[in-house]
Amino acid sequence: MTARVLGVPVSTLAIAAVGLVVFFGIPLTTDTFTTFEFTNVAVYVIALIGLNILTGYSGQISLGNGAFMAVGGYTTALLVSRLQIPWYATIPLAGLLAGIVGFLFGFPSLRLSGIYLALATFALALAVPPLINNYDNITNGHVGINMKNASPPDWLGISLEQWLYFVCWGVAALMFVISITIIRSGIGRAFMAIRDSETAAVSSGVSLSYYKTLAFGISAVYSGVAGSLLAIIVAYVNPDVFSLQLSLSLLVGAVVGGIGLRWGPIIGGMFVIWLPYYAEKLGTLSIGPLTLPQKPDLAFGILLLVILFFAPSGVAGLLGQAGRWYRSRRDEARTGATAEEPAASQVDLLNPKQ
Amino acid sequence: MELAAASALTELIQQIVGGIASGGVYAALALALVLIYRAMDVANFAQGEMAMFTTFIAYTLIQFHLPYWVVFPLTIAIAFGGGVLTERVLIRPFEGKPVLTLVIVTLALFNLLDGLAGLFFGYILKPFPSPFSAEPISFAGINTTYQDLGVLATVLIILAIVYVFFSYTKVGLAMKAASLYPESSRLMGVRTSWMLALGWGLAAAVGSVAGMMIAPITFLDPNFMQPILLFAFAGAVLGGIESPLGAVIGGILVGVLLALVGTYLPSGQNLRLAFGLVIIVGVLLVRPAGLLGRAQVKRV
Repeated sequence: MTARVLGVPVSTLAIAAVGLVVFFGIPLTTDTFTTFEFTNVAVYVIALIGLNILTGYSGQISLGNGAFMAVGGYTTALLVSRLQIPWYATIPLAGLLAGIVGFLFGFPSLRLSGIYLALATFALALAVPPLINNYDNITNGHVGINMKNASPPDWLGISLEQWLYFVCWGVAALMFVISITIIRSGIGRAFMAIRDSETAAVSSGVSLSYYKTLAFGISAVYSGVAGSLLAIIVAYVNPDVFSLQLSLSLLVGAVVGGIGLRWGPIIGGMFVIWLPYYAEKLGTLSIGPLTLPQKPDLAFGILLLVILFFAPSGVAGLLGQAGRWYRSRRDEARTGATAEEPAASQVDLLNPKQ
Repeated sequence: MELAAASALTELIQQIVGGIASGGVYAALALALVLIYRAMDVANFAQGEMAMFTTFIAYTLIQFHLPYWVVFPLTIAIAFGGGVLTERVLIRPFEGKPVLTLVIVTLALFNLLDGLAGLFFGYILKPFPSPFSAEPISFAGINTTYQDLGVLATVLIILAIVYVFFSYTKVGLAMKAASLYPESSRLMGVRTSWMLALGWGLAAAVGSVAGMMIAPITFLDPNFMQPILLFAFAGAVLGGIESPLGAVIGGILVGVLLALVGTYLPSGQNLRLAFGLVIIVGVLLVRPAGLLGRAQVKRV
């Protein structure tokens, strides 16, 4: 029997307490730069939760979620700078608009096999930055749009960076809870049915095009919210941010974190933020006549292959396995008998048929 | 009045001729995509970056003062070897995995080649020589350049070789059989796994021609093939993604359409990439199987 307080196991309470201390400790103890990086992680976590719903739970692949981040970012930037709408009110609008665009875009692309969605979204990711540039009378082109800072309310007495940290992680937590609700609902089960076998899903009366488009639309909503927050935290947007590389790094984050796993996006978000940072630091290193480029491409490529080959369920999958291994060892030691290995609920989600 | 109409018509025809030349390049890359798609149902997102990398190799060889027409076949051979090697080392471990995994593998290759190109060749734009002169040539009142004609001729020769290879040689037929009926081919003694490697080699070789032909116009940097890949995808989807002939026709059509859009639409040059996207989505809306593809029939 594990000890319980108010019916909750002590270990769970301890983990929650440590989590809270870390959560509040980061912005209160680190310098503004580090706090800002953690804020950035929250933005990517939101985008990755959306991508995880699409790729991890519905089995569709998108290379264009960066484009929906652009929709969200520009919605917020334009509403704040042109119409003086308060920044927080633009976040749901940005998500909604990106979701509508995603739903409309997904419809033609999802009628056929999944490869066409990948193709169309790849084209979308490449086409959006020049499109933004082209309509520079609205978007200011390369110059970008400056906005007012989202300053914290005076009575809180915290700095701008701390405020943005709490805002972004607050939104991320909300979006996380919503995603769990979606996945546990009938909609989520329809998504997973499609991922595991389209034939079986259709036979059970699941409308493929409706649910695929819905999954794509939901992932676009998440991207739109992330894009909106990205614009808010730097108080600026320009087209170069929303490049193909952004969409590709989202995919890297999703795979490295762990596709189809609940905690994957959080780990993936940290990778996507800090890997380029360290790649840039390594950029000063030279091997013989070659200087390492200050770009994360090489590391992204190698990391993707290594993860796909050795740990297709990503870092979150590895941690889950480690956790189960630890618990089974502990139970073994406690009971003195060989505890039965827990059922492999941890299926390789990229290969559900294995 | 008549004179103006006549010159407008000449202008139109000249744009079409120019479009056919760049369309030939898209056609070559589209064919490379279709070769791999037919063999393994995967769109190879790294196809453009493979062409980019081999074009950098050609650039390096030219720096060593090798004549262009030595470098050209040498690069094709290197590309072929590189393609086979890529399949053996990177794709084969994932053989039989779901399409989703394979698509991510090609994206990993995309990142990998981008990074390697940055490492070895840097990010500064480099000029790439053309074997054909940019001198204009007049033909029945239509002005074009030796450059455009040479590119088109080179691409057509390569496509013809690919056609002959697949229709008349034993290896080519075996490759075709392996991609269409893998089970039966294996029973007949075709080594289907190696056929896949040859397919990658061939696709890389055809792609390298596309890279070397377009590089004199676009200049060379690690990202220079990305728009070309988009247009090749548009061509492949337009022609029907399973049809090699469709890819060639689709690629050339995309070239012509882009030339017309660039000339006749205001700020058309900025919208080229968006127009590639419009073609892909338009085809998916109107005729998802493409011009020459057969409608997808799925047994449930």
